[in-house]
Amino acid sequence: MAEQFKLITKHLDEPGFSPDIECYLRHGGYAALRKAVASPSRELADGKKLSPQEVLREDVKASGLRGRGGAGFSAGLKWSFVDRRSGKPIYLICNADESEPGTFKDRQIIHRDPHQLIEGMILSCWANDVKLAYIYIRGEMPEGARLLNVALKEVRSKGFLGKNILGTGYDLEIHVHRGAGAYICGEETGLIESLEGKRAYPRIKPPYFPAILGLYMCPTIVNNVETLCHVTHIVNMGAAEYAKLGTPNNTGTRIVSLSGDINRPGYYEIEVGKVTLGQLIHDSNFGGGLKPGRSLKAIIPGGSSSKVLKAGEVFKLNRKGPDGQMSKVDVPVLDLPYDFDSLQQAGTMSGSSAVIVLDDSRSMVVTLGNLSEFYAHESCGQCTPCREGALWLAKATHRLTHGEGRKEDTSYLAHIAQNIQGRTICAFGEAAAWPVLSFVKKFKDEFDAQGAADEAARANGIPPTHRPSPVVTLNLH
Amino acid sequence: MSAPAIPAPAPAAPAPPPVETLTVKVNGKTLQVPKTHPDWQGKPQPTTMLQAARCGGVDIPHYCYHDKLPIAGNCRMCLVEFGTLMMDPATRKPILNEDGTPKISKSVLPYEPGTPRGAISCATPISPGMEIYADSPATKQMRESVLESLLINHPLDCTICDQAGECKLQEYSVEHGQAGSHFVEAKVHKPKAVDLGPRIVLDDERCILCTRCIRFTKDIAGDDALGIVNRGSYNTISAFQTGKFDNNYTLNTVDLCPVGALTSKDFRFKMRVWFLKETKSLCTGCGTGCNITVGSREGIIHRYEPRENDAVNGPWMCDTGRLNYKWIGRPDRLTEVRVNGQKVTWATAVKDIGSRLIRASSGSVALIASARQTTEELFLLKSLATRLGAVTDSVPREGEADHLLVNADRNPNTNGTRLTGIAFTEAGMQLPLIAAGIEAGTIRTLIVFGEDVTKHGIGPELLAKLEMLVVSDILPNATTAVATHLLPGASHAEKRGTFISVKGRLQKLTKAVESPGDARAEWEFLHELVHDVTGRNGFTSIEGLFNLMARETPAFAGLEWANIGDKGVDVKI
Repeated sequence: MAEQFKLITKHLDEPGFSPDIECYLRHGGYAALRKAVASPSRELADGKKLSPQEVLREDVKASGLRGRGGAGFSAGLKWSFVDRRSGKPIYLICNADESEPGTFKDRQIIHRDPHQLIEGMILSCWANDVKLAYIYIRGEMPEGARLLNVALKEVRSKGFLGKNILGTGYDLEIHVHRGAGAYICGEETGLIESLEGKRAYPRIKPPYFPAILGLYMCPTIVNNVETLCHVTHIVNMGAAEYAKLGTPNNTGTRIVSLSGDINRPGYYEIEVGKVTLGQLIHDSNFGGGLKPGRSLKAIIPGGSSSKVLKAGEVFKLNRKGPDGQMSKVDVPVLDLPYDFDSLQQAGTMSGSSAVIVLDDSRSMVVTLGNLSEFYAHESCGQCTPCREGALWLAKATHRLTHGEGRKEDTSYLAHIAQNIQGRTICAFGEAAAWPVLSFVKKFKDEFDAQGAADEAARANGIPPTHRPSPVVTLNLH
Repeated sequence: MSAPAIPAPAPAAPAPPPVETLTVKVNGKTLQVPKTHPDWQGKPQPTTMLQAARCGGVDIPHYCYHDKLPIAGNCRMCLVEFGTLMMDPATRKPILNEDGTPKISKSVLPYEPGTPRGAISCATPISPGMEIYADSPATKQMRESVLESLLINHPLDCTICDQAGECKLQEYSVEHGQAGSHFVEAKVHKPKAVDLGPRIVLDDERCILCTRCIRFTKDIAGDDALGIVNRGSYNTISAFQTGKFDNNYTLNTVDLCPVGALTSKDFRFKMRVWFLKETKSLCTGCGTGCNITVGSREGIIHRYEPRENDAVNGPWMCDTGRLNYKWIGRPDRLTEVRVNGQKVTWATAVKDIGSRLIRASSGSVALIASARQTTEELFLLKSLATRLGAVTDSVPREGEADHLLVNADRNPNTNGTRLTGIAFTEAGMQLPLIAAGIEAGTIRTLIVFGEDVTKHGIGPELLAKLEMLVVSDILPNATTAVATHLLPGASHAEKRGTFISVKGRLQKLTKAVESPGDARAEWEFLHELVHDVTGRNGFTSIEGLFNLMARETPAFAGLEWANIGDKGVDVKI
């Protein structure tokens, strides 16, 4: 039986555990910070000396920690890209704009254990010589913002934040900034623009890599809530011990948001790669199986942007045999270890670790219609392919779900999505295109059938079951 | 008169420092391109793929990119497939093929290695050995799909659109688009004929949201007046206050708009652009000397547009200057030559003036010329004045300068009056002396070109004392009303010649339209008059006249008409 491994979520559901600092301190809070700032410098084999801050940066790299926001990029490597010679201040931003459909992990941390995040942030700021940091929190989480502000006030009064932190001479201030409700604000450069008070239009890269030209054109680190929390545990456990959690190149733990047609939706923390998709869905410690009488149809494995997996699919994965040789092994979808690399090899991604389970009661056409509507609503509209393509996809899927489908709509949808992915300023293009591309590829029969049925009905004089999509007229001026 | 001096050859300019270059391939052709190019502010920045392609004569289509605006990278029209050198991670040296050529790794989608991944050529810097495939099938497909996306919600109303004929959406659709569209959905409808400001109308449905107008007004004009409201496909350009997009540079956004979204209230629905004859000319609104293109048809001017000249105005001009053309076609233009109120021929008038001037005693003639006349005309007037021993001056015209182009000197050729000797350092110094001379009866003949002297201290009562008042002007005024000899002149759009800007840029005017009635370019009848009075000849063409002037004017030493070019030359002021 697979089990949860509670590192970040250790105390979250404990009776009596409250988000205030006294409770956090009783549970060993801010020990990691005390430990880090008191740690000695480290001499390397080649005689090079690392400052305590550099030691933590190296430790985060050695821990193998990968970003928990969606891209799964090495956190230590990201920190190493920061331009430390520009003479400009370095900023750190905690990305708490958790808005990927299906994802509800960061809000648990913020609502139940805000100090864990703040400690991770202070440590990360200290390690990177950051004097000013921001928590960019989703506008729809007012309670989270309130709790964070309360927590920041507490932490200042305890001397963990502000001037001369713990007598080290190190100064840091953290501000909470509430977004105004746009998915695109979760894209790191869009977030930076928004934080600067502008429209959250993602920036072009090159030249605006946050590590070099980020907030106010200064070097900037943007990390996810969960990622920053892990820094605390890396300090507490030591990088080597931390790296033993999970599987090679997929170290540590992850909080999985399980939702959809399962008996026990919720958030579950696992060692990365130690639990399979099948276990997440069926084990009584996790999803607890499907609804009675239902069978599995599809899994959206990493937030709504990830490519859908079909029940019964088998993937060829690279596996290291006992002899150390790499070979291709057939892995059925439910045996896919839930980690970064296996899902990537299966042609999808673990993204924000939100697993949405669909059973046989679901129409894939309707499901895609729902997703496409979301992306059309959230496209910022800055660049052409996504601005025009996202709404186009939504209109096409709307037709298909309202009796106006055509036989050629399957290839039509693929054509539109194909022309978005890889051509946009930010990854939103992929986010809008991937569900479409994977749905129409893996569930082509269902889309073809819908189109054919609609055509047949129209040929027989049966009117479409829907009211035509309204022509949207804006009256602004 | 001494023999004309042979112009000394201009001293050789010091050799520019060698330009650092990179080797790249554009469409298979190996090119050496400079490592840097000036950005929109003129600062050197790493050369982009778009600029490198231009070095090889390949124009990559683009909408949002503009040389003189910050890069936005939003239209995606300039996406190109490209490849970079495959590097050995250990040695950091290029990996070579068997034939010694470097191996190239083509950019592909990381998650779909079979599919090429384009990069926006406007913002992607080149690297050594980079290969740019500006006409590969993948690049062409990217362009096709961007165009298809731009057109799905576009009203396709070219037949009633003012931009038709100079629309990048039309041009690129022909060059890079596909004939049909896959789109079968309802289009998004957006506001039409939005009153953005006193001179600008916006059609939001035609807008492709390239944000050139927003960037221009924020970063160039310094008026953060425009922005985008709403989200996604419903994005809409908007002025923060409707109808209040009103700085003196708003009409540049009409030029910048690659489609028919922003149109000029002055020009819209007036004339199809393909009927317009384009003539290179200058704005005469102030001393800056903005280069313009005059758009005219059958003798009627329909619009001015700025003509790019980085030495003067860049690609911009102010709205005041741009709209300052309507007086040229005014129905009350002076069109008849009159002597003592009687309509006469040019020959009669010029002969009469000449014979009277010859008889005039030295010091009894004064000459007031406008700093709106061409340098050549001022030179001829000065020749006349020198022969007659006449006191000369011109009229200063001051206003407020702005941060961008408008100069406080509202005369286009103040430096022309100085360099020809018509006026002194301080233009207008002599006007009170002339007034006093007329009052005292010592000045009995006054020659006025292009000014209403009654507004400058020489009122009708003084003019009445004169024996002869020769006036050349374009429009009627209080001075022309009392002229004994009235000579209808030509506007700058009706003649050739040069102006010298406040910064000493000598630039050419070209004739766009014919003068109405008997009106003639002043230099044409002046050279006859100068011949009659001084006996000098030899400047019956503007080229000959300029070259003669250049030989006799120290500031123009070495200049010839043929060498001025479309963008002018700097002269010593």
